[in-house]
Amino acid sequence: MEPTNDRDPNYYHKVVDCQWACPAHTDVPGYIRLIAQGRFDDAYMLNRESNVFPGVLGRTCDRPCEPACRRARVDGSPVAICRLKRVAADLRGEISDRLPAIPEQKNSKRVACIGAGPSALTVANDLMPLGYEVVMFEQFDRPGGLMRSNIPEFRLPAKVLDDETQVILDMGVDIRYNSPITSLKALLEEKFDAIFVGVGAPRAKGLELPGRHDEDDTNIHSGIDWLESVAFGHVDKIGRRVLIIGVGNTAMDCCRSSRRLGGTEIKVMARRPREYFKASTWELEDAEEEGVEIIVNHAPKRFLLEDGKLVGMEFDVLEWDEGAVHSKVLDTVVVPCDDVILAIGQENAFPWIERDLGLEFGEWDMPVVNEVTFQSTLPGVFFGGDAAFGPKNIIWAVAHGHQAALSIHALCSGESLDDRPALGMDISSTKMGMNEWSYHNDYNPSPRQKMVHIELSKRFESLELEVELGFSAEQAAREVQRCLNCDVQTTFKAPLCIECDACIDICPVQCLTITDNGEEADLRERLSAPSVNPTQSLYVSAGLPQTGRVMVKDENVCVHCGLCAERCPTAAWDMEEFELLIPYAVDSGVLRIPVRRAKTKSEVGS
Amino acid sequence: MTSITKPLIPLVSLPKNEIGLTIRDYEGAVSTLCAGCGHDSVTAAITHTFWELSTPPHTIAKLSGIGCSSKTPTYFVRGAHGFNSAHGRMVTIATGANAANRELTYIGISGDGDSLSIGIGHLAHAIRRNVNMIYIIENNGVYGLTKGQFSASADIGSRLKKGEPNAMAPIDPVLLGLSMGATFLARSFSGDKAQLVPILKAAAAHNGLALVDVISPCVTFNDHEGSTKSYRFMREHEVKEIETDFVPIRKEIHKSLDENDATEVTMHDGSVVRFRSVPAGYDPYDRQKVEEYIRERRSRGEIATGLLYVDESALDVHELNNTPEYALNTVPYEKLCPGSVELAKMMTSFR
Repeated sequence: MEPTNDRDPNYYHKVVDCQWACPAHTDVPGYIRLIAQGRFDDAYMLNRESNVFPGVLGRTCDRPCEPACRRARVDGSPVAICRLKRVAADLRGEISDRLPAIPEQKNSKRVACIGAGPSALTVANDLMPLGYEVVMFEQFDRPGGLMRSNIPEFRLPAKVLDDETQVILDMGVDIRYNSPITSLKALLEEKFDAIFVGVGAPRAKGLELPGRHDEDDTNIHSGIDWLESVAFGHVDKIGRRVLIIGVGNTAMDCCRSSRRLGGTEIKVMARRPREYFKASTWELEDAEEEGVEIIVNHAPKRFLLEDGKLVGMEFDVLEWDEGAVHSKVLDTVVVPCDDVILAIGQENAFPWIERDLGLEFGEWDMPVVNEVTFQSTLPGVFFGGDAAFGPKNIIWAVAHGHQAALSIHALCSGESLDDRPALGMDISSTKMGMNEWSYHNDYNPSPRQKMVHIELSKRFESLELEVELGFSAEQAAREVQRCLNCDVQTTFKAPLCIECDACIDICPVQCLTITDNGEEADLRERLSAPSVNPTQSLYVSAGLPQTGRVMVKDENVCVHCGLCAERCPTAAWDMEEFELLIPYAVDSGVLRIPVRRAKTKSEVGS
Repeated sequence: MTSITKPLIPLVSLPKNEIGLTIRDYEGAVSTLCAGCGHDSVTAAITHTFWELSTPPHTIAKLSGIGCSSKTPTYFVRGAHGFNSAHGRMVTIATGANAANRELTYIGISGDGDSLSIGIGHLAHAIRRNVNMIYIIENNGVYGLTKGQFSASADIGSRLKKGEPNAMAPIDPVLLGLSMGATFLARSFSGDKAQLVPILKAAAAHNGLALVDVISPCVTFNDHEGSTKSYRFMREHEVKEIETDFVPIRKEIHKSLDENDATEVTMHDGSVVRFRSVPAGYDPYDRQKVEEYIRERRSRGEIATGLLYVDESALDVHELNNTPEYALNTVPYEKLCPGSVELAKMMTSFR
């Protein structure tokens, strides 16, 4: 293999598994260390830089970072990254003086955002400091988009959402509530310099079964519409016996909301076995903790009505083959109920976009959107969030918003949208002295801390009562020590190595090998510890001075303990802190001081 | 010394040996030797050897004398028996322990000072007695613990860190062993575990004293230019013509084509040591030829490494003394001390 180019920011970025997995590339180990130091404001600001809504995401994120977490490969449980994000948000102080300054003198560019959800708010957050005038059209009377309408308050308190959306609106966004856009053509005539479409995926998927449209009353609901009605106070009760069709995260929100609105016998009906559920495991567990029954292998067949009133649903009981591809019907059963909520997914709908504007639509009637620039085929019209590529999660919407803002800024500056600013990196030694490092390098064997929930006896008193209580100070202090500091990189200087094997002998996970060079597949056969994860990189040094062999490091299981660097007699190994420099729209105009290096008020004072 | 101890990390992917232990179970305390010390690599090789042989830790006895080398037993197989004895007396304790309990695997770690200066008399007689043990000399040519004076294994012309050359002839433990009648002689290099581990496995299988001279550079006092025991010098002057494989008794032997002309030695326990790529005419059973070979290499400034001499036909200390086949410490008291009546009978027989 060729020697690894560790000056490519993406090499070490990939070693930081959580950051690599995060669509917004949040510097997770960086903010966890800040929490460990009690610097909650800094931890919050570091989060905010990349994910804009730390308080919201600390409660609701789909957490692509956690399955990726290195800690899970070591002891089976990832660091509770999401919960720690919430710790930073809950314990932070006043941060208004650390937000970017908004220029009085505008740059004479006007941008329209359709929707006030996470992607559109991110666009505004990135463009306002550059002097843009942002006009935001929201169909409801409050901001937040699906964060408000689809996430029940017992998971995301309104105050948290209000705080984080208001911070952006306070930058001077011209927000126009109760203003649904009904025609793109009409909006285009207003001559905005750019239009950002962040309308989400607002339409619930239907389920056309016999009886669907035969009721006199309305006891068959569609999931996201029903959640929206609950969120805005239009619905405040439901029948005693409720069936939820579908097992996505929306279904979990529906069943748990039902539990709080009068439902006592709630069944979630799934077609397929549990391992194929779309819902996150923790959401399933939370629902079951609240007494919701999850029933597998039941396919809905028809709605049963008596005198125009819903009385139950008929299901086929299925048996699946291995891999759950084919099924056969074993039986047919009737499950009585008072209400049914259909939560089988949501999809995009753009009835307000005229099809003769030059904005192309492709497969599944989705707009054709460039995956890098987020521009549609109509120059100046951008898409982001669920509106761009179908339903995903908040963190994806934020990532889209950052990229769309970069594109809009390039467009308005007369630059090419395809010239994306490159990722950068900072890397510097953490060496403080003889075997002393500026990070805590010892391995902490603590198990993952368990989130405490409000008692079941109190939980259903109101819809607004938040279920998760957040980590206590002690729990947070323990959980931060579980982080393996994957961003503190083992760097190697081949010319200094005397091949004494000290690093190889001390490595607690045997991730180092000195051997003759070869092709990757061959090298993987010859490592000290078996290579079990080919998706993780091998670091390969240049030829070593004495024998010409190479140092190979399997990045898969390194725990970043720094013992290789402590045992190295020639300091060929060092532990260096890596910081990924992600370009944002503001970087082109305003000097950005990286959060970790910015001093806190108390430091400045002393 | 490191700022933290080597953390015990319960990696699921860590392989287990035949008795269900991972290599971490064969480790000891964290080394307090200098970072980069060759002795730590010897420690790692011993750890690998016992783990790969699936030797139960409680059947191992590790012994040492005084010196940097003699700290080594602390750093491997924390579950083994151990004895840190007086300077140069490691092998005397090992002999006594072996006499009392022949069922343990004895591994003694010594250095060039401990074995070739103060303890050379004991070493010579242990070789003669053929005590069944692994005897490792971690040989770095200097007294590291007293800041780097020449030891008895320093080569003529080798220089100290400050530049003074050595004028006295070195004692070569392998040549010493040959002349004393040793039955297993090997030399290796701490920086080459691929060679050292099979040698240590063969040494464990050998019935008798297996003397392994390991050149183990002193990274602090003898790793400079002008040293003949530095990492760089070894890498430039080591001759590895005699490559050896160790084939444990339990494994089925698959011979590949190039191994057909290899020389094989069946060890006492049935395992096999296989010599491959042996120089023409080399005979690891022929004491005289081995000595000639080593001297010839030495005269060219080269260091011959590998399993150099082996004799599996010799008797060990117990066979020489006709002791029982079981451990003496398991002999019942009544048999060890039959009482005054038996004593009187025996005394009568001498009259």
